[in-house]
Amino acid sequence: MSVSYTTPTRAKGVAKPRTFSDWANKHRKWLFAAPAMIFVGLLIIFPLVWTIYLSLTDAHGSVRAPSDFIGLKNYLTVLSDTDRFWPAAGRTAYFTFSALAVEMVLGMIIALLLWRPFRGEKWVRVAILLPLVATPVAVGMMWRLIFDPNIGFANQMLGWVGIPPQPLLSGQYTALPTTIFMDIWQWTPMVVLILLAGLTSLSDEPDEAARVDGANARQRFFYVTLPLIMPTVIVAILLRSIDALKTFDTLYATKGKGGGSFHEVETLNVYAYGLSFDYNEYGVASAVLMIFFLIIIAFMWILTRRRKGAKQ
Amino acid sequence: MSKSLLSAGSTQVDPHGTARPVRRRKPLSVRAYKWFRVGALTVVVLALLAPLAWLFASSLKTNVDIYDATKTIVFTPTLENYVNVITRNNYFVYIFNSFWVAFVSTVLSLVLGVPAAYAMSRFTMQRSALVVLMARVIPGISLLVPWYYVFSNMRMVGGFTVLILSHMFVALPLIVYIMMSYFDSMPLELEESAQVDGLTPIGAFQKITLPLSVGGMATAGILAFIFSWNNFMFALVLSGAHTKTLPVAIFDFVSYASIDWGGLMAAATVVTVPIMVIALFTQKYIVSGMTAGATKG
Repeated sequence: MSVSYTTPTRAKGVAKPRTFSDWANKHRKWLFAAPAMIFVGLLIIFPLVWTIYLSLTDAHGSVRAPSDFIGLKNYLTVLSDTDRFWPAAGRTAYFTFSALAVEMVLGMIIALLLWRPFRGEKWVRVAILLPLVATPVAVGMMWRLIFDPNIGFANQMLGWVGIPPQPLLSGQYTALPTTIFMDIWQWTPMVVLILLAGLTSLSDEPDEAARVDGANARQRFFYVTLPLIMPTVIVAILLRSIDALKTFDTLYATKGKGGGSFHEVETLNVYAYGLSFDYNEYGVASAVLMIFFLIIIAFMWILTRRRKGAKQ
Repeated sequence: MSKSLLSAGSTQVDPHGTARPVRRRKPLSVRAYKWFRVGALTVVVLALLAPLAWLFASSLKTNVDIYDATKTIVFTPTLENYVNVITRNNYFVYIFNSFWVAFVSTVLSLVLGVPAAYAMSRFTMQRSALVVLMARVIPGISLLVPWYYVFSNMRMVGGFTVLILSHMFVALPLIVYIMMSYFDSMPLELEESAQVDGLTPIGAFQKITLPLSVGGMATAGILAFIFSWNNFMFALVLSGAHTKTLPVAIFDFVSYASIDWGGLMAAATVVTVPIMVIALFTQKYIVSGMTAGATKG
């Protein structure tokens, strides 16, 4: 038998000297975890606590300027702000839900198409990988040229099929749907990869059994395959919604500060960035961030509950 | 509605026996699906690749050609934009900055993250794991404000240290997440038998577990490197003139007056192509990292 390091009593009374190695082995659980935990504590927990504190002060201007404690006033300011905050919250919800819905449906269709092996599979997988790893800012710049109203390829293509030029990214009402399209292009591949991993981990038996029982393709998908990969579907929704809620790079790259001149793509993340680093309104920005953070946590909590439900 | 359904159904009913038409129909639908699949996947591949091809083509055009609708597809390629980007704009410095920040933050995160993931997996420290994974959920800006407060008071904003620390915030949770699911799927028996043979638990981790998890560490490291290389928001606030990374440097081509489209596309290509090349060679690792933990219960 090996020496047990998890219990304080020594095996068979062997009187080993208490060396550093003994101590390290006995406490390896925390010894291994501590450095990462301390790092996370310093760089994440502490800033988070500070953000809560800042949200209760009137901090603004220079970071060295003194600030006063003003209680929940920032939260009242933010929550009664129908000019910037609520539209930004609405845009965040619109962006996240539309992008997520399209990505999940498209992702599922593509994953089903890729499910069974075929010739040329390798090339499709390469095509799926490339948008996924492309630098979001560079991708934003790429779309900026493609969607340019005068010289962009998108309008040229529309012209080929007889559609007059559209404002797309530069239009007040078309900008947000266009950025959603960009998100769909880049992140549907991620959904495909996750769902495909789920599909390939399934055993063939339930599907075969349903086929023998005479179920058609649609019935087999909705009553056999989909329920079986529901936990994976929820993971995909979870990962995608977290990132979609926080989208910043492509929005900033295509529309610049404040989400464009009419704030047409200003989501909560872009708004909080502008408040912090364009206007230096740290107190109000922190309040926006705390509200944003609570929304994300609530969203996650609901989804993880659903995942536990789906697994049973 | 019901009438059309009935008539559609009635054409398939064979009065002499129901078995034959069913047998005949099935291969047809299988063949039809095959062609549908080929067609649909071709559309998907084209939709995914066409914009990237457009980006690359534009980077090889002069600004005059970019404005010329007749030269959309047929044009004389030139490397002028790339020469411009690299000579006039110090791009080698930015390429080095991006690489250095991504590399150091990935290595440090592996050093911190792998043992932590091991402990969290073997001792099922779910609450600790949750704290680390929270970093994946928190909006980066909510950390940037306090970081900016602290680091600018320490006069560290603009230096590599702050940039690397902030990119570790991206890399560490990713590494812990991927390595935890890797260790979870690794059999305990190997370490146990190593301990029977006289190794201490830490010795077993060093000599048995670590060498066996090189694949997992490669997966986690490659993904962490890519995410760090692609990161924009932290560098936008925390980098200075000498530590600027590539995603931030791209903005040099955008001014209020005009955009140097050719240069911008060349710069965007310079940022993305290295990461795409890495991705092509390490495809298997990237896919396994992206889908880590997605299928387990």
